[in-house]
Amino acid sequence: MVGVVGLEVHAQINSTSKLFSGSQVSFSSPPNSRVSYFDASLPGTLPVLNRRCVEAAVMTGLALNCTINMKSLFDRKHYFYADMPAGYQITQQRLPIAVSGLLIYSHLGGPKRNQVISKSIRIKQIQLEQDSGKSLHDEHQSQTLIDLNRAEGQLRVDANVSVHRPGEPLGVRTEVKNINSIRHLARAIDHEIQRQMELLEQGGVVQNETRAFDQKTGLTIPMRDKEGLQDYRFMPEPNLPPLLLYVSGRVPAGLDPSQVVLVDRVKALLPELPGVRRERLVEEYGILPEHSYTLVNEDGLADYFETVVKATKAEPRKVIGWVVKELLSNLNQQNLKVNQSLVAARALAELLDLLETGHVSSTAAKVVFQELWKNPEKGAEKIIQEQNLGLMSDAATLQIICQKVVESHPEEVKAIQNGNHKVLNKLMGQVQKETKGRADPVQVRAILQELTSS
Amino acid sequence: RSGRSPRRVSKALREGRVSATDLCRKCLQRIRETHYLNAYISVTEELAMQQAERRRKLRLLRGYTFMWEPRGILDGVPFSVKDNFCTQGVETTCASLMLKGYTPPFNATVVQKLLDQGAVLLGKTNLDEFAMGSGSTDSSFGPVRNPWSEAVTGGRSSTELGSDWAIAGGSSGGSAAAVASLSCYLSLGSDTGGSTRNPGALCGVVALKPTYGVLSRHGLIPLVNSMDVPGILTRRVCDAAIVLDILRGPDERDSTTVPSPALDCALTEELDLTRITVGIPQVTDWFQDAGQEVVVSSALAGTAGGLPSDLFPWR
Repeated sequence: MVGVVGLEVHAQINSTSKLFSGSQVSFSSPPNSRVSYFDASLPGTLPVLNRRCVEAAVMTGLALNCTINMKSLFDRKHYFYADMPAGYQITQQRLPIAVSGLLIYSHLGGPKRNQVISKSIRIKQIQLEQDSGKSLHDEHQSQTLIDLNRAEGQLRVDANVSVHRPGEPLGVRTEVKNINSIRHLARAIDHEIQRQMELLEQGGVVQNETRAFDQKTGLTIPMRDKEGLQDYRFMPEPNLPPLLLYVSGRVPAGLDPSQVVLVDRVKALLPELPGVRRERLVEEYGILPEHSYTLVNEDGLADYFETVVKATKAEPRKVIGWVVKELLSNLNQQNLKVNQSLVAARALAELLDLLETGHVSSTAAKVVFQELWKNPEKGAEKIIQEQNLGLMSDAATLQIICQKVVESHPEEVKAIQNGNHKVLNKLMGQVQKETKGRADPVQVRAILQELTSS
Repeated sequence: RSGRSPRRVSKALREGRVSATDLCRKCLQRIRETHYLNAYISVTEELAMQQAERRRKLRLLRGYTFMWEPRGILDGVPFSVKDNFCTQGVETTCASLMLKGYTPPFNATVVQKLLDQGAVLLGKTNLDEFAMGSGSTDSSFGPVRNPWSEAVTGGRSSTELGSDWAIAGGSSGGSAAAVASLSCYLSLGSDTGGSTRNPGALCGVVALKPTYGVLSRHGLIPLVNSMDVPGILTRRVCDAAIVLDILRGPDERDSTTVPSPALDCALTEELDLTRITVGIPQVTDWFQDAGQEVVVSSALAGTAGGLPSDLFPWR
């Protein structure tokens, strides 16, 4: 038996006003401060479609390789709940704006997690839909508080799960709600598949029901207020005409331009999609595929990387290490976003130039980076000067230090002379320790090799 | 009497023969005199007088200052509105206990357009509850009585009606009765399956159902969203035409509105009967099923008989 999973993803559109009313979308506003007459379902008010939301839906459809329906329809889905004063939700059930999409994605697998494995997932449809309000259940006072600003939470997902034997018809599905993170989603699905399989093995029957995921226990429990199959009494939304989309050059005469959404124009506005960007980064800069993931998955990191590359003489393959290790770990430690980085791309480029031209060793450069992070207003050059981190390349000085190290490590010298050349690195480490990482590694290696060869 | 038509009374207002406040007062008096018709659910006396006073003052000032608001034929003209249209600050009940005490915070678009013309709102008229009905008999505030009741029940004093009365038709019965009883110059009703035309016919006034989409439904509390339209009731056809032209037009708050061409004709008030053709249906077996064939045939014959014979070559 295998599990079959369908995900219903609710994504809030990034717009300044709501889908059908003119009131503003604004996060963390006081309750009921962003409610228009339509949102409150005052009698006589009518929905008016927001153009920006239509463009966002078309863009999403194009990005997911969907067929865009040039004509789509709105419907009413009826049910009773306190946070939905109209008694119905406006959605697109019969003919949504986009259908039959495909998302091709890759993830890193293999024993070293550096193998790129390509997978694809079907998108059944994308539909525009009204969001409900938010309800807060106050059990102490036995009351429920309603906020009609519209629910916050940019991304929500419900999982539909069933099990069957391959080749046989699909099993009865349950819907799992109340999932608050990707990690919980995985746990909820795993648990539900397990639960259904065990139930069937014991001769039981899976009920078509809605279950809530309890993140404390990792179990799914039936939701008390959703018993049996709901009849949503779908009907066409009579106050919204069919949504028609157009292509440039084929717009009927006499249409108000403010009412016209052109699919080709929206397509032109599509940013570089993640898969394409990753491929380009690998090809253009010669970085490893696993690094391309890191760059694209972190908001703004790829831009940062490309800015540094263009501003520095250092090769991209050298830059990438700094970006995915030094920069990223500093950001993560302080929970900062890339655009909040204390070291700007230009500043890092400057530092890498200094490293490239031999003004500072790679070890010292890392120290400089941390100093830059603490004092971003100072430039790399100034820090190197102030803290005397410049590359030590004076042959005489290096000779003395190397001599000192060689003399104080007779065991290691013997090992090298016996053929174990790797031990030289330990001696190099000692020299760097003495010089606080400033010694020119090329010269040091040459001097040490000379000193230990006799 | 200041004339039966907005055009005439508008002329009187412009020429200063009557003031907006006088006119309003007279109409409010008429409403009181005909209270037994139960045509009104709320009468907005204070608000109406305030509006009338404002119109009167503006008219006086126009000659002296640049504070001039262009107004047309409905400036200072009293009107009423069916109680399923939202009126800002004025109770809107849809003749139902469910909305008793509900005061909308906004005006329906068509109401706002009339107010923007300087028309004066007298009150909200009675209807079948939520516009579901064709007699104005199913209101939580009592039925509407037809002002022509005595013509049906047989001559009685016109100041009171006992238990013997005729229905006004519906669901816009209050609006039709208000216009027919001369308490206002025009009224807004609504029409879904005849709710403006039916009471218009029963009360003997002009009733116009505009094509769906020509007038905005924003603020009209719906019965059937895909069929409802605001309706216009007046005493003359030319008045209905004027009001239609004022009220029509796409509304961004109602996505089912469409552009429509301006009315390209000027209808006269005085009808030259020698130049019109009246059609009267010959076929009356449509009414057979309802057992009304004889009644209808004789009513038609009586009507045709009462008109000049040269109008009906085929009679």
